[in-house]
Amino acid sequence: MISVENVSKTYDTRFGPRTVLDRVNFTLERGRNVGIIGRNGAGKSTLIRLLSGAEHPTAGRIVRRMSVSWPLAFGGAFQPHLTGLDNLKFISRVYGVDYRPLVGFVEDFTELGIYFREPVLHYSQGMLTRLAFALSMAIEFDCFLIDEAMMAGDQRFHDRCTYELFQKRKDRAFILVTHDAEVVKAICQSACVLHEGKFYPFETVADAYDFYQTHTVQAPPPNENPA
Amino acid sequence: MKSEVSFVRALAIQRRVLHALMMREVITRFGRQNLGVLWVFVEPMIFTLGVAALWIAADMHHGSNIPIVAFAITGYSSVLLWRNCTNHSIGAIAANQSLLYHRNVRVIDVFLIRSILEIAGATTSFAVLSIVFIAIGWMAPPINTLQVMFGWFMLAWFGTALALLIGAATAYSDIVEKLWGPAAYLLFPLSGAAYMVDWLPTAMQKYVLLLPMVHGVEILREGYFGNVVRTHYDVGYMASICLLLTLAGLLTVREAGLKVETR
Repeated sequence: MISVENVSKTYDTRFGPRTVLDRVNFTLERGRNVGIIGRNGAGKSTLIRLLSGAEHPTAGRIVRRMSVSWPLAFGGAFQPHLTGLDNLKFISRVYGVDYRPLVGFVEDFTELGIYFREPVLHYSQGMLTRLAFALSMAIEFDCFLIDEAMMAGDQRFHDRCTYELFQKRKDRAFILVTHDAEVVKAICQSACVLHEGKFYPFETVADAYDFYQTHTVQAPPPNENPA
Repeated sequence: MKSEVSFVRALAIQRRVLHALMMREVITRFGRQNLGVLWVFVEPMIFTLGVAALWIAADMHHGSNIPIVAFAITGYSSVLLWRNCTNHSIGAIAANQSLLYHRNVRVIDVFLIRSILEIAGATTSFAVLSIVFIAIGWMAPPINTLQVMFGWFMLAWFGTALALLIGAATAYSDIVEKLWGPAAYLLFPLSGAAYMVDWLPTAMQKYVLLLPMVHGVEILREGYFGNVVRTHYDVGYMASICLLLTLAGLLTVREAGLKVETR
């Protein structure tokens, strides 16, 4: 179980403090999943950073009674001079697992070939994304944090990610943040909306979808509005 | 915050994370080409040799009865020990903030690794140079090796504590980083590396003895040269200052960790 209790996050700006998250509450059990929908700037990424523990709440607390992943496919921690293999070793050491049995899977999934043993600075964006996702799958967690914006790739990559996550690991918990309500509709059991720092939980995905459509999605200009 | 992790497990996690960060830092800084990780002590060795040569040429021991080669080696090695720790702690959070997504990696780990690496480099450099120069007869062996090690330990403690404080403070304000450059430059000639306190006028002695690293160098040199030199130091004073710096450093690191902003 992961439980978010009255969590607020405030950042200092040149124009004074700015509250990005305002008293957010929710809990998630193992094996359940939730989609969090919000517009750009709604506080989705901030919430993910707090859930992963990279940053700390200004107020409130987060209780983790299951292991929580780093944001899925987050590649920002790659050091340019380390190879793909070095990065696998680093992650394995941090999480206390033997890297050797994982080499096969990562090589296979990333399709990096000889580049697996080349410094990451020679990688293309697509190669980086595949490595980041494969490393996320190499370590097992009870709960995965997914920021949909980080999972850009072609259809084949997308399909393989979906299989690894939602088929092979469907017994785990997921927290998925996205601005795309359709993704939540397709994958999630329940949904919440993050709007202007406030958190709105809903019983069903459909309710969340309606709320999101009416409250946060701006109506298109009249001339583009189908009659 | 209540922790559900037992102390023994926390210790095991700590060891793993430090190992992972160490391997990462070593490859990042020294690469795999040419000497690789050996640069960690080859670089301070080159520094020490160069500076020692200059001091010997300039006859920096002012006609005292201390052998000049050992005076220069002990002096400059001491400076490298405490100064490099702090130099490398600056910007350590910014360079590693994306690692904080891995929950076991804490801000303090990043500082500890950099200090451990600097201490290892300076210590190996000092040991190798001493052994080589003793073997070829340019330096006599130390009179009291244990005391040399104790002085070295005190300087390493001072360096690590100062590194925590200065490194974490740079996360608050760029001014700290800007001021550390001139401060380090000015502290070098005052740090006791290039003089013995006894050589100074009595009126000046009490002022330079306010600087904790001066005590460390005096302890180390008394261990090396024995009764040839008259030394001035106060272990209690240096330990108190180091303890205060450690507490202030740990608090600043903790605060910096709570307010860190990742991307």
